[in-house]
Amino acid sequence: MLMKTELEFYMQFFLWLPLVSYILSLIPKKSHEKTISWGTFTSVLLHLAFALVFLIIWGIDGFQNLSHREWVLYQTEGYMFYIDFFFDRTTATFLILGSFLTSLVTVYSRYYLHRESGYKRFFNTLLLFFFGYNLVIFSGNLETLFTGWEVLGISSFLLIAFYRDRYLPVKNALKVFSIYRLGDIGIILAMWLSHHMFHENTAFIDWSSEHLQHLLHEHEGTAIILSVFLVIAAAAKSAQLPFSSWLPRAMEGPTPSSAIFYGSLSVHMGAFILLRTYDIWGHLLSIKILIILLGLATCFVATGIARVQTSVKSQIAYSSVAQIGIIFCEIALGWNTLALIHIAGNAFLRSYQLLTSPSVVTYLMKDMFYNFNPKKNNIEGRVSKKLEYTFYVLGTREFTINMFLYSYLWNPMKWVGRRIPLKSKSLLAITTLLFIAGVILLVGTNLSESANHLISMILGIIGLISVFAAFTERENTLRSWLLVCSNHFWVALAVTFNEHYSWEHNIIYLSGVVVSMAIGYFLLNGIKKKEGKLDLNNFYGLGYDYSKRAFAFLFCALAVSGFPITPTFIGEDLIFSHIHEDQIVLSLIVSISLIIDGLALVRIYARTFMGPHYKKNHEVADRAS
Amino acid sequence: MNNAKVSHSSFHEEHVLHELAHYLPAQAPLKDFIHHNTLHAFQHDKFFEGILAAKSAFGYKTLLSPKEYKKFYSEGKISDVKLLTSIQKHFPNENANDKLKEILTKDFQPDLTPRVGEVRRVWKDHYHFDVSALVHHIVFRITCNYLDQGIALWSFPSKENGLLNAARDLDKYATVSLFRSKRGREIFHDASMGLSDLLKLIVGDREELYSSYLFDLCFAHPGWSGMVATIEQLPSSLLDRKEISLRDFIHLELCFEIDAAFNQFGDNWKTLGAFTSEVKPYFERPMVTEVDLVQRVWQEAFEWTYYDTVLFGLQQRIKKPNEHSAQTFQAVFCIDDREGSIRRYIELLDSNCETLGMPGFFGVEFYFQPQGGKFHEKVCPAPVTPKHLIREEDASRKSNKEVQFNKNSHHNITGWALSIVYGFWSAVKLMSNIFRPGISPATSLSFRHMEKESTLTVEHTHEHDGDLQVGFTIEEMANRVEGSLRSIGLVKNFAPIVYFIGHGSSSVNNPHYAAYDCGACSGRAGSANARVFATMANNPKVRMVLRERGIDIPSYTQFIGGLRDTTRDQTVFYDGGILNEENKALHQKNKWTFRHASDLNAKERSRRFETVNTSLTPWQIHKRVMRRSVSIFEPRPELNHATNALCIVGTRQLTKHLFLDRRSFLNSYDATIDPEGKYLFGILKAAAPVCGGINLEYYFSRTDNYKLGAGTKLPHNVMGLIGVANGVDGDLRPGLPSQMIEVHDPVRLLLVVEQLPNVILKTIQTDASTYEWFKNEWVHLVSVHPETAEIQVFQNEEFIPYIPSTTALPKASSMERLVETHTENIPVHLLTHAHEN
Repeated sequence: MLMKTELEFYMQFFLWLPLVSYILSLIPKKSHEKTISWGTFTSVLLHLAFALVFLIIWGIDGFQNLSHREWVLYQTEGYMFYIDFFFDRTTATFLILGSFLTSLVTVYSRYYLHRESGYKRFFNTLLLFFFGYNLVIFSGNLETLFTGWEVLGISSFLLIAFYRDRYLPVKNALKVFSIYRLGDIGIILAMWLSHHMFHENTAFIDWSSEHLQHLLHEHEGTAIILSVFLVIAAAAKSAQLPFSSWLPRAMEGPTPSSAIFYGSLSVHMGAFILLRTYDIWGHLLSIKILIILLGLATCFVATGIARVQTSVKSQIAYSSVAQIGIIFCEIALGWNTLALIHIAGNAFLRSYQLLTSPSVVTYLMKDMFYNFNPKKNNIEGRVSKKLEYTFYVLGTREFTINMFLYSYLWNPMKWVGRRIPLKSKSLLAITTLLFIAGVILLVGTNLSESANHLISMILGIIGLISVFAAFTERENTLRSWLLVCSNHFWVALAVTFNEHYSWEHNIIYLSGVVVSMAIGYFLLNGIKKKEGKLDLNNFYGLGYDYSKRAFAFLFCALAVSGFPITPTFIGEDLIFSHIHEDQIVLSLIVSISLIIDGLALVRIYARTFMGPHYKKNHEVADRAS
Repeated sequence: MNNAKVSHSSFHEEHVLHELAHYLPAQAPLKDFIHHNTLHAFQHDKFFEGILAAKSAFGYKTLLSPKEYKKFYSEGKISDVKLLTSIQKHFPNENANDKLKEILTKDFQPDLTPRVGEVRRVWKDHYHFDVSALVHHIVFRITCNYLDQGIALWSFPSKENGLLNAARDLDKYATVSLFRSKRGREIFHDASMGLSDLLKLIVGDREELYSSYLFDLCFAHPGWSGMVATIEQLPSSLLDRKEISLRDFIHLELCFEIDAAFNQFGDNWKTLGAFTSEVKPYFERPMVTEVDLVQRVWQEAFEWTYYDTVLFGLQQRIKKPNEHSAQTFQAVFCIDDREGSIRRYIELLDSNCETLGMPGFFGVEFYFQPQGGKFHEKVCPAPVTPKHLIREEDASRKSNKEVQFNKNSHHNITGWALSIVYGFWSAVKLMSNIFRPGISPATSLSFRHMEKESTLTVEHTHEHDGDLQVGFTIEEMANRVEGSLRSIGLVKNFAPIVYFIGHGSSSVNNPHYAAYDCGACSGRAGSANARVFATMANNPKVRMVLRERGIDIPSYTQFIGGLRDTTRDQTVFYDGGILNEENKALHQKNKWTFRHASDLNAKERSRRFETVNTSLTPWQIHKRVMRRSVSIFEPRPELNHATNALCIVGTRQLTKHLFLDRRSFLNSYDATIDPEGKYLFGILKAAAPVCGGINLEYYFSRTDNYKLGAGTKLPHNVMGLIGVANGVDGDLRPGLPSQMIEVHDPVRLLLVVEQLPNVILKTIQTDASTYEWFKNEWVHLVSVHPETAEIQVFQNEEFIPYIPSTTALPKASSMERLVETHTENIPVHLLTHAHEN
């Protein structure tokens, strides 16, 4: 027993190590390659060694599940935001997998990235990712998991857009980020529902308890909705249908980062979520069937696409997606051990395939030279021509998954945004007036509950409209920025109407936003004055001229989006706790507006600072390259 | 109005397609990497005019930026003397000193805005319609699927000939269409539609814009357009041959553009011509700006600062009366710039030997067929079409498999089994690959080109394979041996053993592996050629013929072929068994020389490798260098031709005393036995395009690695085994990756010939295409007088005397010390040991 408490105590070091090394890795100069790579390697290797020792002791101690409430970040009546750790077989598998692969890739990249201009940036981001990964796998409650999830999302964005002076990496990074963000809705809503269902913030370890299991059975409808949210999050993160097309497009960074993140670690996070939340949905037949169908469909479609791929990396990506589809089925069937073995095997295989993918030319050319047979007989050759051609076209067009997302998700969003008449110059004055009116109404009157709910809904919609407008704004970057930031005020006001609560909550929520909004405005305005114009019609690559401002602005944008660097992060969750269980519409409105808020922010950042530099006074990459 | 009418009929499809193919990148699929002048399309102009036109039309950065030159200046790579000379030439009306000050202080910003794209941009400017985003990926995908050489598990199902026919067939029978709009699909299947009909739908009636639109379209993705155009011209560059044409490719893309527009706007859109103002031809001679001139001043000063030290160095040669005085052995290497240093070390270790250089196919051109191979490999310079075939026999080639490349891993069921079982094994293999790299089936290994223990069908025995004659007749052999020996001046004083050493390279995880092999062997190892040459020269019947022609090879002299791996610094010798007893003993000694020279050479190379400590002993370094060559995480197994700048055609006496830092192609040539320039013609005809091509490919990949080079290789993704792209939706990236060119200084090749100016002039003027290289200054040409060492520079089609401004060169007593103390390009040094000998 003594051993157990000690182990529980030591869990936090798996997070401190990457976090501290990440911060330290920011210090050395760009040119100090050795310091940077050795620092990273030492920390990852220590992590691996520590993990091995930890696992041995844990094994001797009888493989007991560990749980530790680490820090309470905020506490108020009926609400508590705390960081909690949990450790079981699933964590153990992912821990070894992550530490082992990350340390190998660190050694690999030490040489591979030599003299690359982003050498330092790469190792920084690698450590940030590794921190996020550990936070997710060690998370003991949804809040902690969500924190790690956000870190993973942003580090993925930075790694995909590693070659930020080219168009496609930036575009694809945005695309992947948007899908991750979609997964975030799943988690945020799951957090909100679980909070209301269990009437408290719960830890994963409690979920198997009799009391909570009883509640889950009692509120089966809520449990089903909650599970669907989790499945959406898992499907987005693991590139299952209909999101599969992001995975091959994430292969824009240096090969080792593609190998480790999109070949192995990042892409299995969806499977992790399913394993971790099994207690929530394990008793729901409908959800099990949903997951199995999803897995099977993905497996079938992804294999079909993989078969016609003529680029090495997309072939590996779709093959991996197909295997994860099977893994989803295994998890739904309750074969967790098999699923864990399969996850590890798939992760190792795909990383290795990706890392050796450039060799494919030598290997296959040689193979062809000695064994060429011009008339290959495909299995497909035996079915009818019509069927054969149809599947071939479907595979080539990736079963139109990519188009599907565009047509049914992004395009309608843009369509709405474009029709919002919020482009006038007096916009700021109007919204400010409206907002003040809202505050007066709130303070000065005492309306009935239903009236309050109605008003909060309207305010929520105004917030949503602002972010839509911000997201589709093309002409004026500053306006887009202010619109994004204003959303948080609308959300705060809306929720305050919904349920009167302490102003302190709103202060926590808005504190980060206000400061970052001001700094961000100042930065953008400075650039606008220097450049003479600043719009969002194109990617301008201004990071080439303003590298420091770019970094500062990214920081502000992250803060506004509720990234765990300011109190706004806790505030978001806190605000949500004031939306009632039966108010699914309001919670949808608010969560969607928060999601698009994040997208609009990253869009501003990417369009202003990333992509090919628009000034042609030095060599610039072709758009298609 | 009349003028407008004349220009109306201005669209000549054939002509425009021909022009397009001319300007597009001409890089062949990966397996045949042949270096060439990236801007060959502009070679009919003078160098500076050509590169300015290229810059203006396509936005290529063809000169370094003033900022980069200033950095070189501060590093001492550009001298004030040469800067002033250059300023006087290009700013004759200004005070040179004032101008110098201005150039050094003022911030000159080049403008790289391209002309190309002016019509097609209307989509974006007027319609806010990103047509590229909707069209590129599907066009690339279909083309790549059609051309795929073996990545996909399921090859393109339609066996119709030609991209367009195959795509039509596919779309016709499939239930799902490749197209999104009905109109688009109809137009695609309408066989009566030609390019001008499609262009009419997009651009409208203004035919004068058609050609510009096609340029815009093709140069929005020069990689794929260029690949298609190249395969159209060289179908043999694919093993699994595919019929394709640039016309089909453009047709397909235009259809997708039309489809995208109909899908987006329905019928409510006007053709682009309505919103386009007048477009001037893209290749109209651009105005020369002050910045252009400033860059030109910098570039010329940069080049001549270096050349000047070289030319001065050459004049410091030590003339010895008896040239071919080798007592131990003679070794003939490829002219390749990577062989210069090994020759230096061999000469250092054995002062009684002699080394020579000639193009690494050694004058024997043929197709090579390894045992079991289903294809023939061309092993001679690209423009030559051989009529002979040499077969490898009695080889014991093992074919090992690697499971990670097993295609079953991409299928769902077998993939399940493989990932569970093989997954864990691959973790072990990954670890061993990272911590203990070794040779694997995925390694591209030069020694695998031809098996050591095999036999070759060198002598013709009335056998033919199609149009090809298997082996050579005695007469054909004698001609080739004579030609090669005479061209390098080796016609007397034969040593007991004469080595002919080809070269190749080894690397892993390197799609550009072919670029590292011997350029004179079409991007393959030169082992078969070296061995064939040696076999020919050892043939008694051949020797008899040679004796009649005045080349008397003594009976004790034996020829041995070999292969040197430039990455691993290893040498293998073939057919050692034929040596007589005395020569066997000598050969043992010589092998020692080669081995130790290789260690020293590895040490010299290691100064560029930051991960190898150059102060270790040569053998320790050599082990590390070999390890690099098989490490999957090493993007720079070797640096290939980086830093190449010189090509010296002359006797070894001209260069033996100099440390030229692996920057020089060395072609042996003896003016005294070639007073008419008969053999010189053969040398220059090959040297100008081969060395000049290598040099300019490095030059342009270095000045603009984004547009003319392949960018960093780290994110590269192999497409269809024919090219590399970034990510999965990107355009192909021709040119050299940044890892190959980052240490390269972009200077044009200085070709030095040890022959009288009038002989050189007469020689180069006999062939117009060779002459163009020199006349238009894409390569600098210099004559060194064989007797007096007087120097004349070829300018404006005449030779002009040149007196170097350099007055002294640094001296190096130990090459080992020299390489230990420098990581950058080492200036020309005098080698004191050479002076003592």
